[in-house]
Formats: sequence, C-alpha cells, structure tokens
Amino acid sequence: MKRKQLISIAVGLFSLLAMAAQANAHAFMVRAEPRVGSKVKKAPSEVRVWFSETVQQASSTIKVFDGSGKQVDKKNTRLDPRNHALLDVSLEPDLAPGSYRVIWRVTSVDTHVTNGDFRFQIVR
Amino acid sequence: MKFSNRAVILTMLAIALALADRAGGHGFAGARFFPATLSTDDPFVNDELSLPTVSTIKTPEGRETSIAVDIAKRITPNLGIELGESFLELNPNGEHESSGFGNVELGAKYRFFTSEKHETIFSLGAGVEIGGTGQKRVGAESFSTWTPAFFFGKGLGDLPDTLSLLRPVAATGVVGITIPTSASTRTSDMEIERHPNVLRYGFALEYSLIYLQEQVKDIGLRAPFDRLIPLVEFSFDTPLNRGRSGETTGTINPGVIWSSKYVQFGVEAIVPINERTGKSVGVIGQVHFYLDDLFPHTLGRPLFGWK
Repeated sequence: MKRKQLISIAVGLFSLLAMAAQANAHAFMVRAEPRVGSKVKKAPSEVRVWFSETVQQASSTIKVFDGSGKQVDKKNTRLDPRNHALLDVSLEPDLAPGSYRVIWRVTSVDTHVTNGDFRFQIVR
Repeated sequence: MKFSNRAVILTMLAIALALADRAGGHGFAGARFFPATLSTDDPFVNDELSLPTVSTIKTPEGRETSIAVDIAKRITPNLGIELGESFLELNPNGEHESSGFGNVELGAKYRFFTSEKHETIFSLGAGVEIGGTGQKRVGAESFSTWTPAFFFGKGLGDLPDTLSLLRPVAATGVVGITIPTSASTRTSDMEIERHPNVLRYGFALEYSLIYLQEQVKDIGLRAPFDRLIPLVEFSFDTPLNRGRSGETTGTINPGVIWSSKYVQFGVEAIVPINERTGKSVGVIGQVHFYLDDLFPHTLGRPLFGWK
C-alpha cells in the first residue's frame, strides 16, 4: 500500500469521525457554585453544577451532606429550564459552619453516566 | 494488489456502516477518568481509535520511526478486542533506509474487577503479534509472539482530606510476558538469532488537572488548561532466557495529554534508561478518538450486553 492510499484511509476515517462529532459525549462537570473546594462565609441556599453536556433530569441527582453524613439538601434536584447542562438543588436554610460534601451523578442525553463529588466549607 | 483511493475510502465507509448496524469507551472507575496512555497499555476495555501514534527515536542500530494505528472494540461491557498495525521507517547506521509494515497485532482484554469507591480496576488480556504478516525488511518476524498480561489502574481519590491535593494522582500499568513461538531463527547470513521470553512491564503516573478542578479544588483553570493531564510513563523489557537474561531495556517518557469531548492529544519525550536502549531522546505523539462518544448509539457500544 502506497503513501497516497494511507493518506486516503486517514482522510476517510477523519471524515467519518468529523461527521460523528455532532453526537453528545460524557457529561463532565465544568464548574459549581459554591466553587469546588471553596470556603464561603454565607450559607448558600442552593448548589448549582454546570456540565459540559445536556443531562437527563430523571436520572441526574445532586446530594449534599454535612460533616456527620446527614443529607442537608431538599431532594429537589432540578434541571434549569433554559440551560439543560445546569443542575441545582436547594439546601436547608441557615446551614451551620462546617464542611459539606456534594455528590453528583448525571446521565447525559446519549445515556453515558458520570459521577463525582466535591467539598465546600462554610466559615464564619 | 492495487486499490484505488476511492475504493479504499468506500471500503472503510462500508465497514463502519456495517458495524454501526450491530452496535461507548472512556477509562472510568467511579469519578476517575483515566486517559489512554501512549507508551504503556492501560486496563480499560473501550471503544477507541488511536490514529495515528507517531514515534521516532535513535537507537544503537539507527533511527526508527513508526506510524501506528490501533482500534479497540468492546464485545461486551467487560470484554474487548484490539487490532493494531504500524508502518515503520528504519535508517540503520551506515546502511540504506528501509520502510514497510510491521506484523499485525491482535489482542483481547477482560476487565474482571472494578471498584468505583476506590477508583481501582484490574484486567487480564492477551496479545499476539502475528508472524509473517509484516515485511522482513523492517524486522517483522516470521514467527508469532504471544503476550499474556495483567493490567491495573488506581486513582488516589480515596485519600483523606489532609492529602486532598494528592487525590488527582493516578497510575495505570501492565505486567506481561512475551513468548515467541520460535526459540531461534536463522538470519540471511546463516547466523542463529535466539529469541528469549521477555518480561514486559510498565506504568504511567499521572496528575489530572481535570480531577483537581472537578473534585478537589477549583483553582480557576480555564480552557484549554483545565483538560490537561501531565504524566510520566515508564516502560521496560527484561529478557528472561536464551543468553540474554537481565539485559533490560526501557524508556521513561514524561509528557502531557489534553483530553476533550471526543478526542485526546498526547505528546511525550522518550528518554532511554541505558545505552543498550539508546543515547538520544525520542518523541511520541498520538491522536486518540473516543468512539463511545463519537458513535454513542452505534459503533461506540458493546456488541452484546449493553444496558
């Protein structure tokens, strides 16, 4: 096989891959509020997480736990109606100072499941 | 045999479409995303395409340049097969340049353990370089070589809070034995060349800025730096018998991988560990496609057992 044919194979494959690139991918976390690993002075009323892809509401959750392992979110994970790559969950009011762990698990629209967790601290 | 360029492209399209009728593979263990490594094999069973992997290094025999393609396809979620081929260009010291294809390589891998909580994965696999499928002028052997191997991956995401900045560290690696089907062959000048069994081992040590940003501490990195994974790969071969016991060769390859939605780009220096391996620093680069994200409903899924 000559060099020209090798180039043809490469061009053919790249074309296929370029056509396929309209698909959705694994949803990675882009950023969050409160920020990952941050210290905040005011207790947040909600946790918001932005993803790299649109996600499915039905199978996507955010849970927030305090240092003792008690769940402190209102179990109402919502998909932002204007941005389907943004999830948020409400928190109990006036959370005490301490370390909080956010655990998220999402399913992107192409059915790939990803998960992760991070912490933030409330300090006074 | 002659192929026209159009025929080659049409054939590739037909193969892709045929597979699409029957038929995702990032390396994940829990919250940990492991990139595909360049110089050592990783433990993941995936739908991926490396096109191309290009490397060049000056060895004691002369400069060797390789352009390789590898494709991996999941049969079930835990079982996958791999196919690889490389085009080699050799510039031996004081001799004429030669080029051609190496032997075709086939492999299978089975992932038998995954711990999401501890970001750990173990796999077993076997590969075969099929003798006689490549061209002798570039050193393709006439006999086949089998390599059963154990693969592992471990992320440090389960470290305590006091060591949180080490959580982005992860390692993947492989230990295998390469067994030639022929103990010796006769060279063109009638000398006997012996082919030892070889212990092949290597690992990659990586620090994922993706993991740092997403799981540990948002340090404000933005694209493209938030998708970088600096790493160092270590790759060694130690012959075990037939007069060459202990003649270890190997390289240490520092580099970086940038991972996006559908593709990752990687580049590493190739630093020989001793004079037997070489005296000059080489380089390896790779473009690697995530077929599970490019073709999530077709080619990027396991053939069987997909839920």
